[in-house]
Amino acid sequence: MRLSLVGISHHVAPVELRERVSLPLEAATALATRLGDAVCISTCNRTEVYLAGEDETRALASLEELAGEPLRSVAYRMHDEAAAVHLFRVSAGLDSLVPGESEILGQVRAAFDAASPGPILDRVFRQALQLGKRVRTETAIGESPASVPSAAAALAEQVFGDLKGRRVLLVGAGRIGELAAGSLSARGATIAYVANRSAEAAGRVAERFGATALPLEEVAAKLAEVDVVLTSTSAPGLLVRAADVPSRRRQPLFFIDIAVPRDVDPDIQRLDGCYLYDIDDLEAVVAETLAGRRVEAARAEKLVVEEAERYREWQSSLDVVPAIAALRSHAEAIRAHELAKLPELPEDQRQVIELVTSQMLNKLLHLPTIRMKQASSDGDGIEVVRTVRHLFGLEEKP
Amino acid sequence: MAELLFWPALLGYGEAAFAYASPRYTRLGTWGVRLGWLAQTGLLGVQAARVDGFPWSSWAGSLNLFVWFVVGAYLIWGCQQRYRLLGLAVMPVAALLFVVARIGGGTAAGQRSNYSNLFLVVHVGFVIAAFAGFTLAAALATLYLVEERRLKRRATDILRLKLPSLVVLERVTFRTIAVSLPLLTVGLVSGIVRLREDHGGVDALMAVTILTWLVYAVILGIRPAGRNAAYLALLGFGFVIVARIVLAGTHF
Repeated sequence: MRLSLVGISHHVAPVELRERVSLPLEAATALATRLGDAVCISTCNRTEVYLAGEDETRALASLEELAGEPLRSVAYRMHDEAAAVHLFRVSAGLDSLVPGESEILGQVRAAFDAASPGPILDRVFRQALQLGKRVRTETAIGESPASVPSAAAALAEQVFGDLKGRRVLLVGAGRIGELAAGSLSARGATIAYVANRSAEAAGRVAERFGATALPLEEVAAKLAEVDVVLTSTSAPGLLVRAADVPSRRRQPLFFIDIAVPRDVDPDIQRLDGCYLYDIDDLEAVVAETLAGRRVEAARAEKLVVEEAERYREWQSSLDVVPAIAALRSHAEAIRAHELAKLPELPEDQRQVIELVTSQMLNKLLHLPTIRMKQASSDGDGIEVVRTVRHLFGLEEKP
Repeated sequence: MAELLFWPALLGYGEAAFAYASPRYTRLGTWGVRLGWLAQTGLLGVQAARVDGFPWSSWAGSLNLFVWFVVGAYLIWGCQQRYRLLGLAVMPVAALLFVVARIGGGTAAGQRSNYSNLFLVVHVGFVIAAFAGFTLAAALATLYLVEERRLKRRATDILRLKLPSLVVLERVTFRTIAVSLPLLTVGLVSGIVRLREDHGGVDALMAVTILTWLVYAVILGIRPAGRNAAYLALLGFGFVIVARIVLAGTHF
């Protein structure tokens, strides 16, 4: 057995268990080092240990120690090709909670870079990282937003293009609003104002974004100064009415209302140059993009199948190469043994005999060598190796 | 033999028209536009070399030149992977018009030209270039209205089937008009100068072309925003269609 995997993930383990087994990068690397030739990937959704030529029992015991309870009912174990394909799917984002999320690829790379893997893990992880990149460049799996905050920011881009320099008025200092504001800010928008009923909460969020804190009463007065209005309060009634919106001659005004009950007057959507998305609209957009991601995931799975095929070929070549070497060494030993039986001969005659026998040996072994390599790439390498070892009485050691 | 350049050009444009239908083949589509345009450039070069004067005087010939300008402008302004749907709007029309030009004999080389006068060459060339720019501006304005409608209707597929943003569409439409209007101005002025020399009268095509100029001048002058700008650009294009199709062949 060359490659093995033991781990838990969001598919099988609840968050209370995952958080106990989750390790920061340094601790995950230390665990891998303790286990030998290993790489440990630990994120909020999974902790997995990949091992080369090692028994995974010790790795499982280490995870159980972290969990403080037996993990046999939730931990999965995989070997060789199954373990490799699992890693390919993980790095492609296909095993993630949101298909195609890009963070996991960086986490796999970080785990690999921090570890000191041997040749087998090195090969498999490099292949997995390449596949992760391929999936993101050859499919559109990661292009569409998968959450309400990122969808809100992506929609603002559909109105304004580049958000650099666009000014945002955040109404409400709740967590979801802050996340959506963070998403807009990450795409270049400037959070100019934060308005909230509680001045303290407004000040805290405003400080984070370098914005100005406002009382809710000043929201209407600031509408002329901003491009995006993001509302997420728990106010019982409307905070922004159509009558508050100034006539905008040149630039559009984009409203994102993620509050329930709604903060923004729905009639604003009828105003020229104004666009309004409420929480239902945003969720519908996210559902649509997730459906699109699932279509792209099917394409990504095909790439995983291709990589699995390449992995199989490589595995087969690992079986064949030692057998070829053993066969040649066996033949060479016979030749040397028979040459040793020759009587004393002049040096030039001995050289001729050595040359002729060596050429005979090469010619005899040429075709079997080619055929074994061929069998390897056809997926029959293991069978052929077994036959050759049996016929020539070679050692069973690979 | 040189006329055979029509086929690689059509192949490139046709391939792009189909390739832009799928996000997977956008890059292939862009290469189709580039190679097709190079082939058409070669074809126009051969046509120009074989004729003493202006080789695109017939309606079909001018349509050939018009397609070259449209695709050229598209290559400069909008030929980007993320604006696939713009290519999907422009390239099928370009391929179709190119075939019409071929059927009308506008892609043949070695035809005799009605115009040998440089003055007329400038007049016709500049007007056609301007009309090509206005056509592209109309395509962009149409995309603006489509995208604006999708945003107003809160289309759920708006992030899956992406068009350029409203602000970008509006800006590029305006820039295209800003480039095209001076070309039309040069074409018109050269025509008017010639008209005065010949003591001729204003015909219907000239009147429509002046109206076209006025509409686009208003757009540049008052710079309306949003839907109003798009509607005006389409109004101007309506006059371009009248000039290019309804009144084709009435001027010379």
